[in-house]
Amino acid sequence: MAEVRLDGLTKKFNDSVALNNVSITVPDGSFVVLLGPTGAGKTTTLRMVSGLDTPDEGDVFIGGLSMKGLTPAQRNVAMVFQQYSLYPHLTVRDNLAFPLKSPLLKTPADEIRRKISEVAEILQISHKLDNKATALSGGEMQRVSIGRALVRNPAIYLMDEPLSSLDAKLRSDLRVELKNIQANLGATFLYVTHDQIEAMTMATHVGVLDEGKLVQFGTPREIYENPISIYSASRLGQPRINVLPAHLFDGAPENAHSIGLRPEQIEQGKGEDSLVTRVEHLGDQTRLHLSFKDHDLITVTDAHTRLQSGDIIKIQPEKPFYFDADGARLA
Amino acid sequence: MSYSVTDPSLRQKWGAGILVITYALITLLPLVWIVATGFKSPADSIAYPPKIVFQPSLEGYVNLFTTQTRASEETLKALGEPTTWYDKIVRAKNMMIAGPSRFPERFFNSVIIGFGSTFFAIVLGTAAAYAFSRFRVPLKDDLLFFILSTRMMPPIAVAIPIFLMFRHLGLSDTHAGMILLYTAVNLSLSVWLINGFIDEIPIEYEEAALIDGYTRFQAFYKVVLPQAATGIASTAIFCLIFAWNEYAFAVLLTSGNAQTAPPFIPTIIGVGGQDWPAVAAGATLFLLPVMIFTILLRKHLLRGITFGAVRK
Ligand SMILES: Nc1ncnc2c1ncn2[C@@H]1O[C@H](COP(=O)(O)OP(=O)(O)OP(=O)(O)O)[C@@H](O)[C@H]1O
Ligand SMILES: [Mg+2]
Repeated sequence: MAEVRLDGLTKKFNDSVALNNVSITVPDGSFVVLLGPTGAGKTTTLRMVSGLDTPDEGDVFIGGLSMKGLTPAQRNVAMVFQQYSLYPHLTVRDNLAFPLKSPLLKTPADEIRRKISEVAEILQISHKLDNKATALSGGEMQRVSIGRALVRNPAIYLMDEPLSSLDAKLRSDLRVELKNIQANLGATFLYVTHDQIEAMTMATHVGVLDEGKLVQFGTPREIYENPISIYSASRLGQPRINVLPAHLFDGAPENAHSIGLRPEQIEQGKGEDSLVTRVEHLGDQTRLHLSFKDHDLITVTDAHTRLQSGDIIKIQPEKPFYFDADGARLA
Repeated sequence: MSYSVTDPSLRQKWGAGILVITYALITLLPLVWIVATGFKSPADSIAYPPKIVFQPSLEGYVNLFTTQTRASEETLKALGEPTTWYDKIVRAKNMMIAGPSRFPERFFNSVIIGFGSTFFAIVLGTAAAYAFSRFRVPLKDDLLFFILSTRMMPPIAVAIPIFLMFRHLGLSDTHAGMILLYTAVNLSLSVWLINGFIDEIPIEYEEAALIDGYTRFQAFYKVVLPQAATGIASTAIFCLIFAWNEYAFAVLLTSGNAQTAPPFIPTIIGVGGQDWPAVAAGATLFLLPVMIFTILLRKHLLRGITFGAVRK
């Protein structure tokens, strides 16, 4: 395991800029999550680190060494692809053994056997080891492709939405397993996800990408509690942060253009009237869709609420975020 | 491509079966004829009406593999009783074996030239196809079209220039020359077919192998090659069939040394009357290598011949 440093990475595809001067330090043994909407450059970032693509500018350092000109094999990184690409002509077992048999590792046979059964256990695919890789469900393929990374002990694990096609239970099991691997073995992760819970529970650091630019980097709590912009604030939080014109409520600073309200920043029972337009019971919580001075917002309330659509409820902001006209956070 | 999701009904299965069997019988008939003639005596082979049931004889095969001379009765007596089964067959006609024929040599030439040129067409074709498929090649589409366009003219149209070229380069009547020629003709086909097969293999598999610690070349033969095997096998069969059956260039460019079987087999007729059983025996043996090659590769072939239409 090693510290990985991305230094001023820029990558253009034809004329469009996929990465724009991105610098990130992934400390040794940390779990860095990249957030950003589709097309933000998350996959491109991972490919730069792995060496599958080379940056137009900037460099990647693994353990302090420049990776310029090094092939993926020479960098000793493991990667789980967004489109889990298992070798279709091999069995699951052979897929898992493939990296171990590489000229890079040349693992002895009994070591390979031990590693495979250990990883198969973690990923709950022991009973599928002799299947052809093509004879698996999407979720099983995805787990095998995680397994192909986990059998190794690389400088860094690069994972591109590795849990995206798993059911909720497996997903939470594997979340814990991956976190354990990071915590117990001191493994370093650079991890892409769209999943809020994954980001909040697994990450030691979160990087927010916006059209190829790194706009904020910090702990998940920092990003959640102290976003630097509307864009950053929108990456985390279920339901999403509500963004309304600042003047709707009293007490906005002079130069505020909009106000950002997460559900916990909306105090219910005090303030001004709003109309309940829809009530969604999600089980552990209930979402309220409100109409406030002709603006829609969403908040949560307790699971057993009696509120119905058509009811009136008073709301007022509590320690809200204020943003200027460009969406940047005001102090 | 569309697939029917329901199984064919029994009637459809019977219908398809009958159609296939009928077609097979019709196409197999000349083959059966040739194989049967190979085992007939010369008299039976030209009998009219043709004999369906006949006394099988190996005379055709013996004639194919030997040269014989007519011998006077005294000479034959002096030789004593024939010792081997083939001696007996020859002596029965008052002939004696003068030595082996040139057929094995010609056949062996065909094997060397046919399989040799197929080997080179496949190796070079795969390398070129991989490069076209995976690397940024300047003028890629134009180059590919040019390669294909070399096949638009019948190769024999350039027979005279090639003949002269071969003579100047000392390639006339050599194995190397014929292998070179057939490789050149087959290469455009193999580049195109294999390029199509490799294009179908997503690049992600190779990228995964690179990450897993393999070099580009190792990724190629561990990941790309096994998946392209299907296509490469069917391409190899096409190449072999062309090189194996090629007649015109073989007549023109080979004679004493590197002559292949196709120009040789018809010359059997001339030797002492119309020896159809010997010709048929030669043709039968000539069929075997391509047949065996195809059978060996058939498990790859079934999928390959659909040109990758079936998703793996
Ligand atoms: N090989 C390529 N050729 C051209 N453009 C590319 C290529 N790869 C990526 N891009 C462009 O670069 C930008 C970033 O792509 P990237 O794959 O990194 O997005 P992403 O953040 O991973 O998105 P997603 O969440 O959908 O996976 C996109 O605008 C994409 O169109
Ligand atoms: Mg992506």
